[in-house]
Amino acid sequence: MTIPTELKYTESHEWVKDNGDGTVTVGITDHAQDALGDLVFVELPEVGKQLAAKDACAVVESVKAASDIYSPVGGEVTAANEALDGAPETINEDAYGEGWIYQLKLSDPSELDNLLDAGAYEQVLADEG
Amino acid sequence: MLIHEQSRPGRRATAQAPLTTADSSDLPTALRRKQRAALPEVSELQAVRHYTRLSQQNFSIDTNFYPLGSCTMKYNPRACNSLASLPGFLARHPAAPESHSQGIMACLYELQDMLKIVTGMHAVSLAPAAGAQGELAGVMMIRAYHDARGDHERREILVPDAAHGTNPASAIMAGFKVREAPTGSNGDVDIAALRDAVGPQTAGIMLTNPSTVGVFDRNIQAIAETVHEAGGLLYYDGANLNAILGKVRPGDMGFDVIHMNLHKTFSTPHGGGGPGAGPVGVSKRLEPYLPIPLVEQDGDSYRWLDEDDRPETIGRMTAFGGNMGILLRAYIYARMLGAEGMRRVSEFATLNANYLLKRLQEAGFQAAYPERRASHEFIITLKQEAKTYGVNAMDFAKRLLDFGYHAPTTYFPLLVPECLLIEPTETEPKEALDGFVEAMTQIRKEAEETPEKVKGAPYTLPLRRLDDVRAARQLDVAWKPASQPASQPTSQGA
Amino acid sequence: MPFIPHTDDDIAGMLDAIGVERIDDLFDEIPTELRAKGLEGIPDGLSEMEVAQLLQARAREDGQALCFIGAGAYDHHIPAAVWQITTRGEFYSAYTPYQAEASQGTLQVLYEFQSMMTALTGLDVSNASLYDGASALAEAVLMAVRANRKVKNARVLMPRSVHPFYRRTVRSIVRHQGIELVEVDFDHRTGQTRVADCEAAGDEPFAALVIPQPNFFGVLEDVDALTDWAHARDALVIGVVNPVALALLSPPGDWGSEGADIACGEGQPLGMPLASGGPYLGFLCCTQAQIRQLPGRIAGKTLDADGKVGYTLTLQAREQHIRRSKATSNICTNQGLLVTAATIHMSILGAEGLERVAAACHANTSRLADSLCEINGVEPLFDAPAFHERALRLPAPAANILSDLAANDILGGFDLGREYPELDPALLVCATELRTDADIAAYREAMARALAIADAA
Repeated sequence: MTIPTELKYTESHEWVKDNGDGTVTVGITDHAQDALGDLVFVELPEVGKQLAAKDACAVVESVKAASDIYSPVGGEVTAANEALDGAPETINEDAYGEGWIYQLKLSDPSELDNLLDAGAYEQVLADEG
Repeated sequence: MLIHEQSRPGRRATAQAPLTTADSSDLPTALRRKQRAALPEVSELQAVRHYTRLSQQNFSIDTNFYPLGSCTMKYNPRACNSLASLPGFLARHPAAPESHSQGIMACLYELQDMLKIVTGMHAVSLAPAAGAQGELAGVMMIRAYHDARGDHERREILVPDAAHGTNPASAIMAGFKVREAPTGSNGDVDIAALRDAVGPQTAGIMLTNPSTVGVFDRNIQAIAETVHEAGGLLYYDGANLNAILGKVRPGDMGFDVIHMNLHKTFSTPHGGGGPGAGPVGVSKRLEPYLPIPLVEQDGDSYRWLDEDDRPETIGRMTAFGGNMGILLRAYIYARMLGAEGMRRVSEFATLNANYLLKRLQEAGFQAAYPERRASHEFIITLKQEAKTYGVNAMDFAKRLLDFGYHAPTTYFPLLVPECLLIEPTETEPKEALDGFVEAMTQIRKEAEETPEKVKGAPYTLPLRRLDDVRAARQLDVAWKPASQPASQPTSQGA
Repeated sequence: MPFIPHTDDDIAGMLDAIGVERIDDLFDEIPTELRAKGLEGIPDGLSEMEVAQLLQARAREDGQALCFIGAGAYDHHIPAAVWQITTRGEFYSAYTPYQAEASQGTLQVLYEFQSMMTALTGLDVSNASLYDGASALAEAVLMAVRANRKVKNARVLMPRSVHPFYRRTVRSIVRHQGIELVEVDFDHRTGQTRVADCEAAGDEPFAALVIPQPNFFGVLEDVDALTDWAHARDALVIGVVNPVALALLSPPGDWGSEGADIACGEGQPLGMPLASGGPYLGFLCCTQAQIRQLPGRIAGKTLDADGKVGYTLTLQAREQHIRRSKATSNICTNQGLLVTAATIHMSILGAEGLERVAAACHANTSRLADSLCEINGVEPLFDAPAFHERALRLPAPAANILSDLAANDILGGFDLGREYPELDPALLVCATELRTDADIAAYREAMARALAIADAA
């Protein structure tokens, strides 16, 4: 189970990449995709939508489960990964890369400080057993 | 092979339709179909053979032990079908006048009455078409009750985390918010957590008792008191009524509204996924809100009650008052059982469940709640087997099919890992239960010695394990003709 | 003991294995004060023979009157094979096909049913049934409001020409979802819902327009104009259709320039007996774009581990057992057995057979209406083309006439004044393919007599 050190995380298993230009990229972690199993559908957020931190904004579905994605930080959705539409398995194959879900223009960059670093997220996984 | 793939242009079962085509030339051309629908073109024999063969690819109660937890797969007496199919019942139009309906109305009235008695409720409506619709009617009545009192703040329904998915989904359809009530480690609702959860926002709680984890909640009186004191109402999900029929009545437990699944407790056929029937029962204070129609006795005859008689009703759930044919089957079953037979239903369902649980435990399987008495069903957890042999509950389920047993319910309720929810019902003989234990024991031996064999199951059915992921990713939910179908409609009359 | 196989030896052995003395000990976790004292009022059990005698007497009591009522349930011929196969134990006593490998019979039937319904409606996908036509319309309304991404408000235009019981059912089921059902009147000369009637609903956007075809009066709506009008306003179009009529009429998928988005209706005419109103089946079809908003079970094609074609329930993450409070609907049990009957029925009749049934119903009803209108004072209420029902104006109170007819074992139709006071006194009549010339003549004669009595009084 990989946990890249350059990313930030949430307890609900989303990852956040700071793009350095006021935007972030969001996806679900390797652990999350593994727990869900083969994904069959991703419901993407609408571009232009305003999100607050912790808003449910997307859904990932496997055959046996559907899981909400909660936006780790607030802002305006600037891009959604349309490639997932026909190929949700990309998340299973490359959760931190091609399997990104959406991008957000941060409304409050300080919210990034509330997120977990790789070490803290690893601890979350350890605690979940 | 699909029936569509056996189709040949111009072939058909001629004797089953009118022999001539009547004139319909007055229908405006613009509103007419341009191309005949691509329905199969086959002979009667082809259709009969095709669907007979398809039926043979099903497991069913009539052919297999079917211990599917929470579904009460008991024997469906054949008399219920043949008597509900008497011509006088089948031919009656739903809008026929009461003068031509007294026979069926007598049956429905008596069924309402029997269900009232056996559940301890004040009044019953037979209108909801299935359990989930009964739930919706039930929570809508709770809402109507609070609204009528001007108590508009009560917008939250409590639902135990182990509840059927229909409970939260029904509450949402009735415009409520859902709050989960946690189940304690002993299988009962966590009373302390419940006390914290109730308040002026509480409209009610939806409970199944015995619960979905297969035990009778011993704190039911305390739960009722807690919710009632907070101003909420108690909803009884009758999914597990088979466990207590004639033994305990939901009305006596303090419930204000209940639904019953007649296709479970009252043995109407499950039909490959329905139809069901989901009558609702209520305490006196909710009676005005019952869904319509209802049957009332008026001297020597029966009459329908509708919107005019019940202005506060939550209304109609279907166009014509429910699944009448199913209600008739339940009525026939209830008359054959009688009071004594109803009591025996729960007694022998419970006897079978506890016996099967005990035998499985002796065979080394782990009960989810070993210190508890089983109700009419119980849960075993295969987490040990999953960990040790890498063979999970679904693998056991699929391998059971090879032994001729329908699998128990798997992965429900979600709070017990690698679970099988097993409900043998009262109509199975001891030999069937013993055979099931032998099969489970054999499968565990296979899991230990040749786990790949179990993981690859089933082997003896028409198909091997099916790829659910492919079905969802490469959606194909309807056959489409490769090219345009051959025959053209007769555009004008004869 | 009815349906319980246990012998005394079985019981003793099982109790011994469990380690209790009596069956009653198994209920020891239930507080004693809650235990039911008795079931007073529930009669003693009957043998199969006794219950058969009772039921036969009651079925006889309801008789078999000559039925000229339609109003949403139609008396069609059902090929003998349909129910003989449908009630085979393997279909009758199976449950929801969650174990796909042990349920290929049911699953393939569902897939074939879905295929046939998409063929009839001209839409891309179908679910595997809902409870009945009225509850299917309620689900269609909920679905359209969820699915319409362009119009965010929850107004739905509901013509008064939609079956009144359907409108009531929709009201009951959707009332707590903040949906505004806007009634649209019909033209009292033609019985049709015109674009002008829809425009009277105001300029405010709306999420969907419901279009019945044929409508409750049997009258054919101008579906193309209505569909294009609604689409031009970014609304979705929900067709409420009769599946037998679809053998002759333009399918919802062909309506207007883009086709309707959703079609629903009552499957009863496809092989289900009248049976007092149920069990029937509701069908719901839609375009591919809306499939994730479609409620209810859906069977899909896939492959097994050896690459052989098979069927399984799919897109289950929409449903309550997975999605719980966020499911598309609370529906679980549907009308599986009726789906089986409908599928066999459609296979045996085929498109041409259904077309013959539809044409015969249309012709018989025309003949019935013409024949009744020969009686002084009886006349057609509307002048637009109709399918297999006709609204007739009567010269006397409909309730009295109907009860006179019923006394002669003729069910003369549906009293329209009960639901549409402005049309009173009027009757909605129907003659399916089963009504013979002699039946129609008998009705005419009885009607003439009843009206003569009414006139004299």
